[in-house]
Amino acid sequence: MAREPHDYDDIPGTFVFDAERCRQGYPINSFCMSLMKDANRKAFRADEAGYIKQFHMTQEQEQAILKRDYNRMLELGGNIYFTAKLGATDGHSFQHLAALMTGSTQQDYATMMLAGGRPVEGNRSKSGKDKPARARAKSPARKRT
Amino acid sequence: MAKIVAGIGCSHVPAIGAALDNGKTGEPYWQRVFSGFEPSKKWMAETKPDVAIVVYNDHASAFSTDLIPTFALGCATEFPPADEGWGPRPVPVAKGDPDLAVHIAQSVILDEFDLTIVNKMEIDHGLTVPLNLMCGKLNPDQEWPFKIIPLAINVVMYPPPTGHRCYSLGKAIRKAVESYPEDLKVVIFGTGGMSHQISGPRAGLINSKFDKAFLDNLTKDPAKLVKIPHLEYVREAGAEAIELVMWLIMRGALADKVDEVYRFYTVPASNTAVGHIILENHKRATAGNKTRTRRAAARATDTVRRSQ
Repeated sequence: MAREPHDYDDIPGTFVFDAERCRQGYPINSFCMSLMKDANRKAFRADEAGYIKQFHMTQEQEQAILKRDYNRMLELGGNIYFTAKLGATDGHSFQHLAALMTGSTQQDYATMMLAGGRPVEGNRSKSGKDKPARARAKSPARKRT
Repeated sequence: MAKIVAGIGCSHVPAIGAALDNGKTGEPYWQRVFSGFEPSKKWMAETKPDVAIVVYNDHASAFSTDLIPTFALGCATEFPPADEGWGPRPVPVAKGDPDLAVHIAQSVILDEFDLTIVNKMEIDHGLTVPLNLMCGKLNPDQEWPFKIIPLAINVVMYPPPTGHRCYSLGKAIRKAVESYPEDLKVVIFGTGGMSHQISGPRAGLINSKFDKAFLDNLTKDPAKLVKIPHLEYVREAGAEAIELVMWLIMRGALADKVDEVYRFYTVPASNTAVGHIILENHKRATAGNKTRTRRAAARATDTVRRSQ
């Protein structure tokens, strides 16, 4: 079944981990959770494609994991706190994952954060509703008075 | 009678715990964060609570997606630190207060908040990092200076409980604590936030304006905060900033009028804006002047790092 439309779908660069994605991504997140055990990490490293079979994922989900496509994992129901465990299994820092997901280098990402982070201006809306929420909320109230 | 005397808002960035555990607190990057909590540690040592209710969220440590309770109250006698992939953090086991926790559970369930009761649970950085920031570094063979009642909130799977629901739960917790016969001094932590997004192509988002308005309104106009819809948290302050609803449980558990006694804000700690506030129930008479002075001093410590 196709995803239901949601108000937050308009936010750019954001995959909200909602109840639908949670259901869809249950195999991804269960796989990631299994990596908390060292024996499982070893088994996964020894045979990645074979190991993930036991979680009964879709082919897209398997491919996203094998290719370490972190954004695709989120889109298919993975949650960042879980997928970060895959990153840790690979020996990567969280900054490495952040750089991958944002399509930047680790250095550029770190520099952006030190400079105050990614600004919200220009990053609110895909459809052009890029005004602060409060400004939007004010206009109908004015009409009523 | 038991009484909630103060509320503490505090980010729970995991990297803060790692910096503490790996002896990096002296580095300029981390000094900027830790120095902001020096007055808080002093305040905590002076306040000497018997119990802290810590509202926090689990990050795929105690709860997987097998089970996702919206409100889970820790009623166990102790809560060991979880292994989050690097071994358990070297911090004390948190000792619970099962009698008070069970009393709260019974009271708020009859007030129509359908809590999940947890009798066995490990706690992760969401709870231990704020304890460290307020109490300093303690080793596993030491003890936290008060008993701890964890209240784990689902803010990982959307939708989390609304701000209004959280605020109302806070009020029910206050009522429950005040009907407990033992003389106990209780504080409540609201943890997580402030603005941050750690997932997807928009990761790294920070909105200091949103955060500062949130901190202001905790004292000035909590009713306004309670009305913030989930969409606004996510759009304005980042997907993971929705953790801020947990601060509203803390605020709801305090008196309607509160005094801000301390505040600290800095950007960044790894991917996150660190926000911190201490609120006490409003005191009449001469307390006001003292509070204003302390608040002004607190403001002066606000820092936003703009360049390396």
